Amino acid sequence: MALLDVTDLTVSFDTPDGTVKAVNGMTLSLDPGDSLAIVGESGSGKTQLAFAILGLLAKNGTAGGSIRFDGQEILNLPESKLNAIRANEIAMIFQDPMTSLNPYLRVGDQMAEVLMLHKGASKRDAFAESARMLDAVRIPDARARLRMYPHEFSGGMRQRIMAAMALLCRPKLLIADEPTTALDVTVQNQIMELMADIQRDFGTALILITHDLAIVAGSCVKTLVMYGGRVMETGATDDVFAAPSHPYTRGLLKAVPRLDVPQDKLETIPGDPPDLTALPAGCPFSPRCPASHEPCATTMPVQEAFEAGRLRACHAARETVA
Amino acid sequence: MIFYIIKRLLVAIPVLLILIVSTFILMYAAPGSPFATERGIPPAVLANLQAQYGLDQPFHIQIWRYVVGVVTEFDFGPSFIYRDQDVNDLIGQGFPVTLTYGFWSFLVAVIVGGSLGILAALRHNTWLDYLAVGISIGAQVLPNFVLAPILVLTFTLWLGWLPGGGWQGGQWQFVILPVIALSTSFMASIARISRASMLEVLTSNYIRTARAKGLPMRRVIFRHALKPALLPVISYLGPAFVGMITGSVVIDIYFSTGGIGQFFVASALNRDYGVMMGITILLGALTIFFNLLVDVLYAWIDPKIRY
Repeated sequence: MALLDVTDLTVSFDTPDGTVKAVNGMTLSLDPGDSLAIVGESGSGKTQLAFAILGLLAKNGTAGGSIRFDGQEILNLPESKLNAIRANEIAMIFQDPMTSLNPYLRVGDQMAEVLMLHKGASKRDAFAESARMLDAVRIPDARARLRMYPHEFSGGMRQRIMAAMALLCRPKLLIADEPTTALDVTVQNQIMELMADIQRDFGTALILITHDLAIVAGSCVKTLVMYGGRVMETGATDDVFAAPSHPYTRGLLKAVPRLDVPQDKLETIPGDPPDLTALPAGCPFSPRCPASHEPCATTMPVQEAFEAGRLRACHAARETVA
Repeated sequence: MIFYIIKRLLVAIPVLLILIVSTFILMYAAPGSPFATERGIPPAVLANLQAQYGLDQPFHIQIWRYVVGVVTEFDFGPSFIYRDQDVNDLIGQGFPVTLTYGFWSFLVAVIVGGSLGILAALRHNTWLDYLAVGISIGAQVLPNFVLAPILVLTFTLWLGWLPGGGWQGGQWQFVILPVIALSTSFMASIARISRASMLEVLTSNYIRTARAKGLPMRRVIFRHALKPALLPVISYLGPAFVGMITGSVVIDIYFSTGGIGQFFVASALNRDYGVMMGITILLGALTIFFNLLVDVLYAWIDPKIRY
């Protein structure tokens, strides 16, 4: 049985400028221990998808569809029921480690409260376990570090602390929302290695949200490409990278700067990210798509399987094959 | 930390000296005399009086004597108007009164204002929020010299519940109206500050982290949001407390409470140099002390601040 089944998820926000449709009918499925990278540019709805799973949407946000976790419907659960799942079964690491820890509380207190809350651990046990977990994310001198405040750590270390905190209850699913975006490249690598180790050592399923394709290639078994709040294509990471099937994926991959080929200019995808208050009736990528033609702007292509384990939603790609 | 506090206290000494000298110069330069009366005083009597209070001396001798008296004997000199009382006596009478209703006003402003602001933030954009914002705007635009007579009219003349003035050694009936009149606008400021800062804290990333940990909302608020939300309030408390002590001018006049406020005004009008100087120095010292207290409190709450 799948660990996580997201079906037809929609997320929208009421704003003074109209309704912002951040997620528009997402469907995805994740098995226990699996790793899935969700790729897309800013504003593609990646983060709101994650927030919807944990019930952390902003107050003006509404979510529809279904999210089943471990066989239980968790979308729009009341706060009290969600609180039993948060951090305990589904944990999350956020984008900005510099601001995601409470600057006014000691790291040890922030970590220990998770175990005291979910596992009913004593303060002493919770601190001991927190120290062990800091050790596991390779923070030296963990016991002493527990007494320190977040500002006494570097960005990379804070992200390790976030990861350690997320893992305290051995969650079944870890959602990492651009965990490396705010960090410099060498630290990025360390964090990604940490993510891989976590997956291996704890058997945690991982959803990695990112716009950095280089990170995806090395870390996740599966990849899902998102645009305008919809799934463009999904499949095994190796397949998607070797033979991208959707024009958007091809554009994204082409836009990755290469060191082995001389390049004057950076490749870009022409056009702007979609206006989420006025999405086209059809494929959200159609205004920027090189292969766009008659049905694209008016009819959303259905998501269909085309190779082993791969899905895509594109009129053009299907016609080329057929 | 200890060194920081000692350093700040040492810095306070020259600040107070500058305050003394500049106030003294202003008083000296101001026209008028404590002995001026409608009928006028015979020149011989005036000369005697001036000699008795040392006003016949040149400026530098006067100020030197004053500063030496203050520093060595804590002697703020005689009152020029209340003939048989010196400044220490007058402040000793008035300051406990001011401090009593000042303290209660401070407490009421912080507790009522703080809870109102935080409650409004937690119920953002609901009727409770609008009500709290409405109350605090109303309370802020109402100056205490308008509020005081309204209170007296309502609670004394109309309802007859509370006395409209007097102090009677600080019995509770006599304290209530002055406290309401004095605390209202500060309460409103504190409500606005705490509401705004709580709203900001609630949208911060670390509050999202706290929620993602599955903490119940009550715990998120009390453990994770309250401290940072109160920081801006705390930095306002120093000036607020001093503002209340100086604001006592109006209170003393309306409620005849007998605090230092009424001496302060009277001394300025009567050119009672001694009392004027004494109260100015007292308020200056209080300002310095409370700002220091706020800084220490700040450092205690915010781990990033270490002196």
